[in-house]
Amino acid sequence: MRVVVDLNRCQGYAQCCYAAPEHFVLRGHEILFYDPAPPDAKRGEIARAVQACPVRAISAEGLDAPERPEAGAAS
Amino acid sequence: MSPSLDPGIVIVGASLAGLRGAEALRLHGYAGPLAIVGEEPHPPYDRPPLSKHVLAGELAPGATALPNLVPLRATWHLGVAATGLDRPARTLRLGDGRVLPYGRLLIATGAQARPWPGSEEAALDGVFTLRGRDDAAALRAVLAQGPRHVLIVGGGLIGCEAASCCRDLGIDVTLVDPNPTPLARSLGTFVGGVVSGLLERAGVDFRPGVHVELLEGDTFGRLRRAHLRGGETIEADVAIVALGAVRSTGWLAGAGLMADAGGLTCDGACRVLAADGTPCQDIYAAGDVARWPNPHYGGRLIAVEHWGNAVEQAGHAARNMLAAREDQQPYAHLPAFWSSQFGVNIKAVGLTEGADTVAIVQGSRATRRFLAVYGRAGRSIAAVSFDEGRWLPAYAEQIRAGRPFPPIRDATDQTRIATHVPGFPAPRRGRAAPAETGGIHV
Ligand SMILES: Cc1cc2nc3c(=O)[nH]c(=O)nc-3n(C[C@H](O)[C@H](O)[C@H](O)COP(=O)(O)OP(=O)(O)OC[C@H]3O[C@@H](n4cnc5c(N)ncnc54)[C@H](O)[C@@H]3O)c2cc1C
Ligand code: SF4
Repeated sequence: MRVVVDLNRCQGYAQCCYAAPEHFVLRGHEILFYDPAPPDAKRGEIARAVQACPVRAISAEGLDAPERPEAGAAS
Repeated sequence: MSPSLDPGIVIVGASLAGLRGAEALRLHGYAGPLAIVGEEPHPPYDRPPLSKHVLAGELAPGATALPNLVPLRATWHLGVAATGLDRPARTLRLGDGRVLPYGRLLIATGAQARPWPGSEEAALDGVFTLRGRDDAAALRAVLAQGPRHVLIVGGGLIGCEAASCCRDLGIDVTLVDPNPTPLARSLGTFVGGVVSGLLERAGVDFRPGVHVELLEGDTFGRLRRAHLRGGETIEADVAIVALGAVRSTGWLAGAGLMADAGGLTCDGACRVLAADGTPCQDIYAAGDVARWPNPHYGGRLIAVEHWGNAVEQAGHAARNMLAAREDQQPYAHLPAFWSSQFGVNIKAVGLTEGADTVAIVQGSRATRRFLAVYGRAGRSIAAVSFDEGRWLPAYAEQIRAGRPFPPIRDATDQTRIATHVPGFPAPRRGRAAPAETGGIHV
């Protein structure tokens, strides 16, 4: 699946890193390094990361729009 | 025109602005035909990781395909460029000879790397520019082989990010720039000096005030060394030419629009201007290619070559494309970018252009963690953070509101806010566009 993070918006809060630690990593003080092409099998984890981000910086294809809370429930 | 014959909306440029524009059209309810023309063979992909994680070998060049967030039901013409625009006939000419009719057009052709001026020198083995996925793949392959010495020409964002990757890979690298510090044009030398320090600590051989005159090849056509103004030479088997970008408007020659290498001029609502200055009702532009009067900066023509603008302007242009003529909303974007290099997260908002003063309002340059605000004629116009991004949104608000300089005096951690000269280099001379075109480029 495909993921992109708006790194202007990202505040380095690292919630995504707890939700999907293999695909989002915080480096240094506030550099987010993320996997733009995680495997489809990780859809649930990625959906949780999208939901966890307090500034809604993460977009992922094939998930419901992040403003719909039920998107994170499926895994 | 009967609905069945309506050719619908055509988007030229299948990258960030083209994709997000297409999605916004569908989100706003556009249900007609939609075609997307893209010169590159690849579906839309993200560029920022190319000069960071792709060069460093952490991501494959093909890994950055952009998510498609809204069903598009679009016809894609990939691997084919639009080569001409016939406005009276409302058609596009494509590189493969086809003619594509359009009802409305969104131009999102972005920009290209400014090439090395000598074409024979640019064609030497080992000389690279970095704009697209294929460029990144080719350069990454060479870096992976462990070149002897990499020369980077130009200390802008991409040059510095590439230098950072080279050092992560343990490759010897020299970075040259005509200015006293890297990023001098966008951040000034006061802040750029911090980047000089980052380069030095990472072991980059940074040469300020240096002009490369000539790239010399060997008898096999491989890069051997660079000759500098003043006679000195630098031995290098790889050169990364990072001299900024030129807007992709060449294909619009003869279309009767206000277009040059500095951008395609639009009105405040993202409508493209005809050569006589009247807006075309059916042609819009967005992303790196567009130049428009920005209300935050006195209506001056501004072209922004950053990710956030491509996303926001594409959405805005799409909205206006579907709106009535009396309901064209002005596009009031506050430019912003991020960069990561040498382990530091750099973020900026606003336009530093014309700043007459700068002050550190959080942290310090010595710790390489700070937030600096730029002022012009007593107003706060821009802010940049080095590993202090959490403060930036508050300052962005102040800048958007046109607050006095420096803003938010009560929240600063400084005992006294000292102001400094930002140190912007004199405007470039003797270079073909974009500096002469009157607009500002960030
Ligand atoms: C290496 C690199 C790193 C970057 N890093 C950052 C960063 O860290 N932060 C940041 O804010 N911004 C960054 N940017 C800038 C950001 O990527 C751009 O602002 C963004 O890509 C602009 O999107 P666009 O769609 O307007 O133009 P582009 O991405 O340039 O896309 C234009 C597309 O149109 C196509 N095209 C051109 N002419 C024609 C034609 N005649 N017919 C058909 N198709 C055509 C091109 O092939 C291209 O695919 C970076 C850019 C690069 C190159
Ligand atoms: S949760 Fe959001 S803000 Fe925090 S690091 Fe991840 S993307 Fe950035």
